[in-house]
Amino acid sequence: MITIEHLTKAYGGQLAVADVSFSCPPGTVTGFLGPNGAGKSTTMRALVGLAEPTSGTATVGGRRYRDLPNAGRSVGVLLDAGAQHGGRTGREVLTLASRVLGVDRRRVDEALERVGLAGRPAGKRVGQYSLGMRQRLGLATALLGDPQVLVLDEPANGLDPEGIFWMRGLLRDFADRGGTVLLSSHLLHEVEAVADQLVVISGGRIVAQGSKSELLAGTGGTLVRGPDRALLAKALEVAGIGISAGPDDALVADAEALAVGQAVAAAGVVLTELRAAGGAGLEDLFRSLTGSSHEVQEVQA
Amino acid sequence: MSTATLTPEQPRTLADHPAPSLLQLVRVELRKSYDTRAGRWLLIVIGLAVLAVVALSLFVEDVPKTFTDHFGFTQLPISILLPVLGILLVTSEWSQRTAMTTFTLVPRRSRVLVAKVLAATLLAVLGVVVAALASVLATVLTPVFSDAERDWSLSAALVGQVLVVQVVTVLAGVAFGMLLLSSPLAIVLYFVLPTVFTILVSLVAALDWVRDWLDLSTTSMPLFEDGVDAQGWLQFGTSVGLWVALPMLLGWLRILRTEVA
Repeated sequence: MITIEHLTKAYGGQLAVADVSFSCPPGTVTGFLGPNGAGKSTTMRALVGLAEPTSGTATVGGRRYRDLPNAGRSVGVLLDAGAQHGGRTGREVLTLASRVLGVDRRRVDEALERVGLAGRPAGKRVGQYSLGMRQRLGLATALLGDPQVLVLDEPANGLDPEGIFWMRGLLRDFADRGGTVLLSSHLLHEVEAVADQLVVISGGRIVAQGSKSELLAGTGGTLVRGPDRALLAKALEVAGIGISAGPDDALVADAEALAVGQAVAAAGVVLTELRAAGGAGLEDLFRSLTGSSHEVQEVQA
Repeated sequence: MSTATLTPEQPRTLADHPAPSLLQLVRVELRKSYDTRAGRWLLIVIGLAVLAVVALSLFVEDVPKTFTDHFGFTQLPISILLPVLGILLVTSEWSQRTAMTTFTLVPRRSRVLVAKVLAATLLAVLGVVVAALASVLATVLTPVFSDAERDWSLSAALVGQVLVVQVVTVLAGVAFGMLLLSSPLAIVLYFVLPTVFTILVSLVAALDWVRDWLDLSTTSMPLFEDGVDAQGWLQFGTSVGLWVALPMLLGWLRILRTEVA
């Protein structure tokens, strides 16, 4: 539903986003990951027409965002929860949006209910809101037009753990009913639980993308452990499997679990543990992909 | 893999929803002008200022007291304060960063700008109506507080001229807002620049023609009195070009091109 092709955005001579391509199919949640300043926000601003790409295209449902007649009814956008008038009440912010969208006034109450701002918080000025409440209000604005697509930049910022759990449920539900979700984060664990696919950006370039299992398969190898470490190492060497030292007394074998198990069985060595290496595999991957080699440039619009 | 979760009937295109009409957008912009504390207080202050002017013209003896006179006096607070509302109509979107929401909901920015210009125009007309109502009150009360008789005479031409001047004045505020995109900067420059300009071109004799053709406060003066000739309109027109059309054009282009963040 969202298609970004060869998107490049330069400020002056500085590339903020370079040749970024990815797509988000309906019914899925795409986690857009990268450190701060990696180009996530720039990509999203270009997607929703707030920034003009230097080259490349970004479309929603095959159309440029600017060509959508009533954009808010198709795409719900939350790029910055702080970008709200502090002097308006939460209800007023939604009322203004509902008038533009042309949706029924009852939707405002429904949206407030849905994000947990109904009642007293709705009548408070946004200036008195916590960041978490602003995120909820921003999400309510995005959901107000009953869109098919959600584009959310760091929506978990300022939410407490309970709020993050709630938001995951909401996004999962949205995608399961056929919606398309693109959400960004600089923290992997925020999106890991809800995302179907991940796009990792660093220094303005995509450094990895695919489903979670695909990304994990590319790393790690197999962790093996036995009462006799030397025997185990010998057995794997004989089978031609490369090894390296794992945590504690374990070994990490450079092969699938099946091949490792077969090699060990053939040598008659006892095993106490055999599994894919590293439960924190994605975390390591994320850090390795975004940390080194690509210089992170802070680009301000 | 993610695509495995797809079911065939899930739509890959977006449903078509009608675009918000210009009327809808104008109503939203009007609502924005009074739904914040700043906007509401500004409107209240304008109302109070109009009443204060009415009181002054009633109680000060040697002030002429026909309906036309009251109508002229009550324009003053409106012409000074209403442009600030016009400025804020644009700049608050940037100072409060609501432009992000506004332009994601309506990505065709020119439509929003047209709505803002129309909303500002309506506010100016509303201002003239309020001034007229206050003048009615003043005229009714005139014999109560002074020896003058009630004099209801008012020419349609004058009403038209005053409407034009007030609309132009508010739009000048909008134009400064569009060009500068900052509330304090736009408000200060809106008041300082034309004043400095007026002083400058009035002091230097060689600049008389500049004053007569490009100084908005000079060229709009005759419009508060009955009977403006063709040259008067032409002079007013050229100064409107400099102080309203030009900044609005530049500001419009700036807003269309600027990245909203």
